Amino acid sequence: MGSPRPRRGRSRWLEALACAGALLLLGAGPRSGYETMTPQLRAMQDDDLSNPGMLAVAEGEALFAREGCAGCHTAEAMRGVAARYPALDRASQAPIDLSGRIAQCREKRQQRPPLPREGPAMLALTAFVAHQSRGLPLQPDPRLAEARRQGEALFRERRGQLNLSCAQCHDDNAGRRLAGSLIPEGHPNGYPLYRLEWQALGSLQRRLRNCLVGVRSEPFPPGAPDYVALEAYLVARARGLLVETPAIRP
Amino acid sequence: MVRTLLRVPATARSGEVIEIRTLIAHPMETGFRPGADGTVQPRDIIRRFTCRFNNREVFAAELHPAVAANPYLTFTLRVEESGILAFTWEGDNGFSQTETRPIAVA
Ligand code: HEC
Ligand code: HEC
Repeated sequence: MGSPRPRRGRSRWLEALACAGALLLLGAGPRSGYETMTPQLRAMQDDDLSNPGMLAVAEGEALFAREGCAGCHTAEAMRGVAARYPALDRASQAPIDLSGRIAQCREKRQQRPPLPREGPAMLALTAFVAHQSRGLPLQPDPRLAEARRQGEALFRERRGQLNLSCAQCHDDNAGRRLAGSLIPEGHPNGYPLYRLEWQALGSLQRRLRNCLVGVRSEPFPPGAPDYVALEAYLVARARGLLVETPAIRP
Repeated sequence: MVRTLLRVPATARSGEVIEIRTLIAHPMETGFRPGADGTVQPRDIIRRFTCRFNNREVFAAELHPAVAANPYLTFTLRVEESGILAFTWEGDNGFSQTETRPIAVA
């Protein structure tokens, strides 16, 4: 029993090292909330005919034609756009998110009345545009370094009566449970998405409001730049994850 | 007209059992929930779904307030002949919508 043993031990040890290396490599990247959903929910997201978010995408496609977007854009040209939002708006030199850009086209280029940001029409248009990027990796806009820095500060700042930061849940405790829910890493790659708890399609800002209220803090006012700054940081943090719009989440 | 998503095979062999999936955009407001102003939101649900094949009812379901928004119904059907499938959702506030799909059976 003497001689083969140390050898085997050594190769086991090497194997273990190789495994740990592989795990580190795997674990190094961000994990989409999709990965930690039940197989049933993943199947619901994967099948376009059972994913209720696709109802909004279809509505968005119709609106894109009916509301005159198609006069200046094609759906094909929208491929890849959502993957690099939020982006820098040249005119204002401020970051702008995808819904903000659509609102800008509608109000400035079409001179039409604004659509409520979280109303069904804006959500559907945003879902349709973002869906054109499904499967493409997020590519954070390099010009948003300043917004990202602000967003990261917000992400790490403790807030609310529970005195918790986003990072304490989504960095330190991702994968663990908060009551019944699994804490995901908190990535923005599926929005707008269909959340079962909402029984509706909702925006990333709505999701962020849920988390802000969850720690009993006052959500930022609607349209506050803090949301876009947070989004800019979240997108950089999720770099490389694929756009899933319209995702499903519990 | 609200959006629907239907999965119906375009063709089938005679006697084949086909799977049909239907999804419709509908809030399925239960009638028990208070709205933002504290008053109870009136009920607004789909109450009945029927599928007819060449005008003969082949599947039906009663829906109730506990059914989630955007009801998703899937069922199977044996088809012997070509024809038209008609799907009808009916509910509160006079809601009624019918979608049709042809199916060619060889
Ligand atoms: C009159 C022409 C016009 C109409 C109508 C119009 N847009 Fe635009 N849109 C533009 C122009 C020009 C830009 C480029 C803006 C820039 O890069 O600063 C743009 C940019 C965009 C972008 C960002 C593209 C990118 O690569 O970053 C999106 C998304 C978009 N439009 C969506 C829409 C939607 C949705 C509608 C309908 C509600 C619409 N647009 C209507 C002219 C238009
Ligand atoms: C107390 C823990 C906690 C804190 C603090 C918290 N969240 Fe969350 N967050 C959650 C949980 C739990 C979920 C998932 C809920 C579910 O799936 O039902 C979630 C979901 C998310 C998601 C959606 C991820 C996806 O896959 O769609 C994002 C994005 C997110 N959080 C961002 C944030 C940000 C930004 C902050 C800080 C402003 C924050 N969260 C603070 C617990 C927290």
